Amino acid sequence: MNLYAVKAIYVFEMARTFRTIYQSILAPVISTSLYFVVFGAAIGSRITAVEGVSYGAFIVPGLVMLSLLTQSISNASFGIYFPRFTGTIYEVLSAPISYVEILLGYVGAAATKSIILGVIILATATLFVPLQVAHPLIMLTFLVLTSVTFSLFGFIIGIWADGFEKLQIIPLLVVMPLTFLGGSFYSVNMLPPFWQTVTLFNPVVYLVSGFRWSFYELADVSLWVSIGMTGVFLTGCLVTVWWIFRTGYRLKA
Amino acid sequence: MNKQPIISIQGLSKTYDGGFQALRDVDLEIRKGEIFALLGPNGAGKTTLINIVCGIVNPTEGRVTVDGHDIITGYRATRSMIGLVPQELPTEAFETVWNTVSFSRGLFGKPANPGHIESVLKSLSLWDKKDNKMMTLSGGMKRRVLIAKALSHEPRILFLDEPTAGVDVELRQDMWNLVRGLRDSGVTIILTTHYIEEAEQMAERVGVINQGSLILVQEKQELMDRLGNKQLRLHLHEPLESIPEALSGFDLEFVPESCELIYTYHSQRERTGVTMLLLALGEERITFHDVDTKQSSLEEIFVNLVTWEK
Ligand SMILES: Nc1ncnc2c1ncn2[C@@H]1O[C@H](COP(=O)(O)OP(=O)(O)O)[C@@H](O)[C@H]1O
Ligand SMILES: [Mg+2]
Repeated sequence: MNLYAVKAIYVFEMARTFRTIYQSILAPVISTSLYFVVFGAAIGSRITAVEGVSYGAFIVPGLVMLSLLTQSISNASFGIYFPRFTGTIYEVLSAPISYVEILLGYVGAAATKSIILGVIILATATLFVPLQVAHPLIMLTFLVLTSVTFSLFGFIIGIWADGFEKLQIIPLLVVMPLTFLGGSFYSVNMLPPFWQTVTLFNPVVYLVSGFRWSFYELADVSLWVSIGMTGVFLTGCLVTVWWIFRTGYRLKA
Repeated sequence: MNKQPIISIQGLSKTYDGGFQALRDVDLEIRKGEIFALLGPNGAGKTTLINIVCGIVNPTEGRVTVDGHDIITGYRATRSMIGLVPQELPTEAFETVWNTVSFSRGLFGKPANPGHIESVLKSLSLWDKKDNKMMTLSGGMKRRVLIAKALSHEPRILFLDEPTAGVDVELRQDMWNLVRGLRDSGVTIILTTHYIEEAEQMAERVGVINQGSLILVQEKQELMDRLGNKQLRLHLHEPLESIPEALSGFDLEFVPESCELIYTYHSQRERTGVTMLLLALGEERITFHDVDTKQSSLEEIFVNLVTWEK
């Protein structure tokens, strides 16, 4: 194990975050606060509590998930796409480093940023709504699992993309809609039966549901189904990454 | 000199996606501790060859070993021995010189050693730039940083891909001094170039590559003897009817339209005959108003080599 290399990549990537601290941390915190002001305070005051949880508090887990997903993907995809774009990737490819180590460095850093961000958003949320976490350990598991899974997903996008446009297109056209329609701002039970069924094909539903359960013991689907589906998606990403490294897809000519 | 090979390339071929064959069945051995120049025109396959040995490009066929380790199955051992200075100048614009060079050392599996990084930066006259961001550096300075990155992990083999492309005279001189210093400390150096003079100045052995095939590998001196044809052109004041009898012993050619007298000689020989020719011209009272010399271009040399090989 080339631990020095893992550390070098990890530290390098984390340093990039701190250099762009406003963009990486502050921007999501501000946008999340705006969500609280608009949905929690302004609109939320007119919406009745969902199964005993005030609307403002109800949307917290969904908001955190929204940030985790978008930030994990954008951090990880940018982290690997940028060296490909500038050409500095030559050094990583010529280094005595295995695929696992490359992943630990890049995906580890991206996931760490997301986890830090998630914690910051949760802390911000306590300023707006009374927050309670019924199952902290499960909450943390979801936080970490989601960050890692979607950082991996971002890594795949960063390797697949051959232009800045492609880098944006998946987060914009796929992830955002899925997140908005994934029960971040409502309980799936509020939908008409037909849309409830459609929603079950949206993987984000499982993440939000499981995550929300760890707070309020409110869930659209059972906890184990949530964890299972997240695991399936994680495995899918791992298999794809394994294939990328095996074939050198878009990394090596 | 130690003739034991440190890099051994056997039957190496590369066909890129899309079907272009950049390397054809290349066999090559690089000896431990030598300075080897890979000489060839643009597009010959020099970068492809280097990139395969370094792990950046996948080989299509063939086998490469470095110090006895296969570059694919033993990539950790082979890559940690190699430093690469690429042809292009890709850099992390927002990183400082110090960070980017330290990053390289870690990436290659070496524990931090600020003392070593400091001495590398100093040897490349980069010490006063260590806190500068990469984007503030000129092209020549970036090239120095890339050399520093390659040397940061104390490689035993150094690849320099077109190291003098776009580099000023001062850096070129610094670089050659550095390369000689490294060679003296036992580092094996492989450089690519499309300038004959560069290969001539630096290398101990030269490999000539053209259109993906390694045409020949020779001690530099032998090669220069073979390639070292030069032409001396004399621009005469008056045209000649014919070449005078007294000059018939020289290999002369007269071009009537331009009043040029062309003498072909061997620049590497002890006696080039240039003095004799000029004296003879004086005795014949043949005057000229200008003179220049011309070395065969790489393209001409390739034509010569390829026909010679047949
Ligand atoms: N990634 C690639 N895909 C397709 N063709 C390539 C690629 N890289 C290089 N080539 C082609 O292979 C040939 C050799 O290129 P290269 O090794 O860079 O030559 P050199 O370094 O000697 O100038 C060129 O014709 C180049 O266009
Ligand atoms: Mg080249």
